[in-house]
Amino acid sequence: MTDHEAHLALHIEDLTVAYDGRPVLWDVDLDVPTGVMAAIVGPNGAGKSTLLKAMLGLVKPTAGHVYVLGRPYREQRAKVAYVPQRSGIDWDFPTTVLDVVVMGRYGQLGWLRRPGKAAYDRAREALEQVGMSDFQDRPIARLSGGQQQRTFLARALAQDADVMVLDEPMAGVDATSERAILEVLKHVRSQGRTVLVVHHDLQTVRTAFDWLMILNVRAIAQGPVDEVYNPTNLEAAYGPQVAFATHQGS
Amino acid sequence: MLDYTTITVLTGALLLGLTAGSLGTFAVLRRQSLLGDALAHAALPGVVLAFIVTGSRSLGVLLAGALATSLLGALLLDRVVRRSRLKTDPSLGLVLSSFFAVGVVLLSYAQRQGGAGQAGLESFLFGQAAALLRSDLWITGGLTLFALGSLLLFWKEWKVATFDPAFAASIGLPVAWLEAALTALVAVAVVLGLQLVGIVLMASMLIAPAVAARQWVRTLESMTILAAAFGATAGVVGTYVSAQADGLATGPLIVLAMSAITAVSLLAAPHRGLLWRSLQRRIGRRDATPDRVLTAMQRLARDHHNPTYPSDLGMLEAGLGARCHRALAELEASGLVERTVHPPESTTHYRLTQAGAEHAGLEAS
Repeated sequence: MTDHEAHLALHIEDLTVAYDGRPVLWDVDLDVPTGVMAAIVGPNGAGKSTLLKAMLGLVKPTAGHVYVLGRPYREQRAKVAYVPQRSGIDWDFPTTVLDVVVMGRYGQLGWLRRPGKAAYDRAREALEQVGMSDFQDRPIARLSGGQQQRTFLARALAQDADVMVLDEPMAGVDATSERAILEVLKHVRSQGRTVLVVHHDLQTVRTAFDWLMILNVRAIAQGPVDEVYNPTNLEAAYGPQVAFATHQGS
Repeated sequence: MLDYTTITVLTGALLLGLTAGSLGTFAVLRRQSLLGDALAHAALPGVVLAFIVTGSRSLGVLLAGALATSLLGALLLDRVVRRSRLKTDPSLGLVLSSFFAVGVVLLSYAQRQGGAGQAGLESFLFGQAAALLRSDLWITGGLTLFALGSLLLFWKEWKVATFDPAFAASIGLPVAWLEAALTALVAVAVVLGLQLVGIVLMASMLIAPAVAARQWVRTLESMTILAAAFGATAGVVGTYVSAQADGLATGPLIVLAMSAITAVSLLAAPHRGLLWRSLQRRIGRRDATPDRVLTAMQRLARDHHNPTYPSDLGMLEAGLGARCHRALAELEASGLVERTVHPPESTTHYRLTQAGAEHAGLEAS
């Protein structure tokens, strides 16, 4: 069997998700080349998180297919690391920072096997990369929002995946953490790996990302940021006010 | 000395405490504290049906029936939550009361039919520890071994599926199945408790050890072990007290012992206990030095372009994270600040005096 669009990190066709018969995503095609940092932006309720979840098989799409690095996602699961929204987690869960990061190795370990020294070493490395080494034994209940997010980022790094998918990693984090997160993501990109981020902040899109998808239930535009980020596309997604304000602000 | 029956009950209560405590940890962390309650109530029709169908009163038969309807209740619950717009709480309530009602109706039917053996079925409501036979311990022990063994075997999978189900699914774990299996194990724990503590009180054997243990620990491993230990301790203590005080019901005493452990944990545990936290607050709120208070007031005056800006006492204390009464009294005595009012607010305010403003190089107008 030959690979389908193997040069693409991500190839999505016709993706449609409906809740109670109402489409949340409609006929979305998305191609993300390897080695880029891609942002998905769109207004609230545009289906950004749903797109990620459908991609990862966490919600069942009504139609469409998802290919990762030329093969169906099902076969490529180990090559994708997913960072869910921080807000969906019970941060009072009794566990420590290192413990959470080690979970990044669970996928490779498989059933019944306990994480050993190698897994813990890899987790410590990942923590160092996000600047959280000093926090490895801290209960997650005593982390700031930015530290929580960096812990999750370290878990994704520990997965050693070719594609990293993050849902709103900058939401509610302090400026220091945001910079640290962006630095790590750029480093990941520099290794030829691919980063896909659901993002809410239009201001940082152009400075930090090189690939952009504008989504509002349908795919409104996608491509290199410089080509896609313009008032016409933004207005199509957000309505005239936001597009105007953003354009003025630049 | 402990007699034969007491030793049997002690062993049973110990095993029940271990199982309910460790599985309850997961139920509580999944925010399904009431799951145990629903499953316990859903067991009643099973107990009675098993008796009506087989005519047998052996514990194994009755518990098999209990497990069957309990699992049926769990399945129904899962369907209702997934398929309808009902949230978990009302769904639990609905399943709990409907199954229980069916159980009570069946119970009254069995009692009307009369016959040998139906007497005592209602003891499952509040438990009847003394009726536990040594041979029943094989069932209890087997189920405990099965539950704890599963927990050990699939520890890593259940841990990640409980903490972050979306992530767990993304690494390929069958999260729905893992959750269903956990629910089934909770049903096993519930069934274990029917004879000892009964349907009505069973929920507390699942919830209380976990809640108490959470107060003392920082990892899931230690929480599970401690919850199991708490559950077992309560089981042993409750049974012992019941044996000493002739005729006091064992099940409720076990639950009371557990409640005592929980109360102490909620109050006294370091970091999370109420006493600890109020002590921390008191230590943390020391008096501010006069210098800090004066500097803060001078900064407020400057920021508001008003040398006699009235600073609210509560605002100062919140800003400095310290008590300011004593410092302000000293400053007032040295003539640097004075008390004032700032209508319409009725709270205490202070402002800089001429001297206080000059001290800061602010021009008093």
